[in-house]
Amino acid sequence: MKIIACIKQVPDSEAKVKAENGQITWGEAPLVINPFDEYAVEGALQQKEALGGTVAAVCIGPESAKEALKHALAMGSDQAILISDPALSILDTAGAARVLAAAVKKIGDADMVVFGRQTLDDGTGLTAAQTARALGWPMLGLAGQIKVDGGSVQIERVTEEGRQSLKGKLPAVLSVVQSIGEPRYPSFMGIRKASKAEIPVWTLADLGIAAPETVVKRLEIVTPPARETVVEIIGGETPAQIAEQLADKVLAEKVL
Amino acid sequence: MDFDLNEEQKAWKRTVHDFVAKVVKPRAQEVDEREEFNWEAVRKGGPLGLLGMNIPEEYGGSNVDMISSTIAMEELGWGCGSTALAFTAHNGLGTAPLTRYGSEELKQKWLPLVADGKGNLGSLALTEPGAGSDIQGGVTCRAEKQGGDWVINGAKMWCTNAGIAEYIITLVRTDAKGGSKSLSMILVPTGSKGLVIDPAEKKMGLRGSPTHGVHYENVRVPLGYLVGEEGRGMHQTLATLDAGRISIGGISVGLAVAALEAAVNYARERYAFGKPISEFQATQFKLSNMATEIEVARTMLHKAAWLKDQGRPFNKEAAMAKLFATEMAERVCYDAIQIHGGNGYSRDFHVERMYRDARLMTIGEGTSEIQRLVIARHVLSTE
Repeated sequence: MKIIACIKQVPDSEAKVKAENGQITWGEAPLVINPFDEYAVEGALQQKEALGGTVAAVCIGPESAKEALKHALAMGSDQAILISDPALSILDTAGAARVLAAAVKKIGDADMVVFGRQTLDDGTGLTAAQTARALGWPMLGLAGQIKVDGGSVQIERVTEEGRQSLKGKLPAVLSVVQSIGEPRYPSFMGIRKASKAEIPVWTLADLGIAAPETVVKRLEIVTPPARETVVEIIGGETPAQIAEQLADKVLAEKVL
Repeated sequence: MDFDLNEEQKAWKRTVHDFVAKVVKPRAQEVDEREEFNWEAVRKGGPLGLLGMNIPEEYGGSNVDMISSTIAMEELGWGCGSTALAFTAHNGLGTAPLTRYGSEELKQKWLPLVADGKGNLGSLALTEPGAGSDIQGGVTCRAEKQGGDWVINGAKMWCTNAGIAEYIITLVRTDAKGGSKSLSMILVPTGSKGLVIDPAEKKMGLRGSPTHGVHYENVRVPLGYLVGEEGRGMHQTLATLDAGRISIGGISVGLAVAALEAAVNYARERYAFGKPISEFQATQFKLSNMATEIEVARTMLHKAAWLKDQGRPFNKEAAMAKLFATEMAERVCYDAIQIHGGNGYSRDFHVERMYRDARLMTIGEGTSEIQRLVIARHVLSTE
């Protein structure tokens, strides 16, 4: 099995993200591997362990995004590739999908491409499906379990309504959800390997494609208005009275 | 001069911190209260490399540098003194002598078993009912050659991890005449006939780390289970304890960091006279002292660890760092309780546990008094 995990680097979940002069900023907060993508890498490594083969991690981003790739390497990925090009500084999901599809083709012979269910920053959850379309491969989304059987892959899709079983031909694109299992911690041996790894950087010229046109344009970026919250302590003589008052308030606020 | 961690050490610190925050710290109160060992930390910590810090990669270890090992002990100490102690006893005492002095056969057989976290841990038995700091004169546990075996008789005390260990490396007297060349280390599998491990000691702190008395009644192990050279046991023990001192210092810094964090959070939330107590100088000065002492201790430890990594003498620096860090941890935990007031004395607040845990640090792996002797020897030496 040759598996490619597409990952992204995002601001840490504890970062205070806000809009400033039409730009999104997160202050001094560290950049980390998109937490959802850790599940994708975990899913890929599980398949590698079950079937043999290799896992390559691919990321579009600036030089600093090598840190996210190193995390994937430290977890146990065999290879990491950074796609970096000044022309990619403005990129929507459709554009990213075209770039990733080109990278998948350049790596060659992939059986499976895995994504996290969404990113922590933009959070559209679209890139996986768009990459599948760009490649012309089947898309199996929201996989909580992955089982490869010969030339096909079966997944258990986790949805709010329940679970679905889906089967598709390989090669295929998958997005992976938390049910795949807790992402493993990088080992010290993995960290050592990752810190020594030379991560190749591919430009658009290396991929042989032109900068994809952005379809989605951001017209304005604003910080959402702060939510007004009010705390009210409900008093009363007995627990029953307090509960009654609470019930009245809940009904009055149309919470229920 | 460079005070920065390298990329590998930074990534390691992040990883261990995340691991401890998730698997170790949330259970610290519980393992102390119930006197239970956190096995999950072993099962999940093994694959990280936390159990093979003194084991070469070819035996399944991670073989980390001393700075990385110190960082790991700081993080573990920050999460849970008990779990940290079990880990350092395993790494520094249970596996380091085997890695450094053991035969190829012993290393291949035993190191992989205790490195991956799937099985039990390693342990080292030095102290005896009549031998604490006075190892050379006090050890009465003896081993005699009979045919192809060592036959061991005697008793050990305060053996950390004995009850959760795969083997106990035991310091024994192999030459009845005594003297500095009369001691040796022998690996004793915990399943050996005649080996009795007492129930865990009832301790003041570190209650989630089992410590046992061990009795040897005609315990037979093959002659090849000698770790290192016959008669070099004393030397091997002292060299092992040198590095162990840095690790105990690391746990102490971790405990102090956790106590300071708890104190800062509490001082911000607790109101008195109409404002948070963090706005009173009486509190601020305590917090400043705590933070400063932690900084000093950590810097000393990292320097001692760095010296070891450079292959340079570090005996004096390790003793100084252990002395300062362990006594510092007790002071910091004391002040953290003071800031918490009555609540700090309650077992519902974690600083109470940290204070009890910190108390051992000035005793284990060389008391403060022994550290002062070691330092004095350097100060008074004419070199």
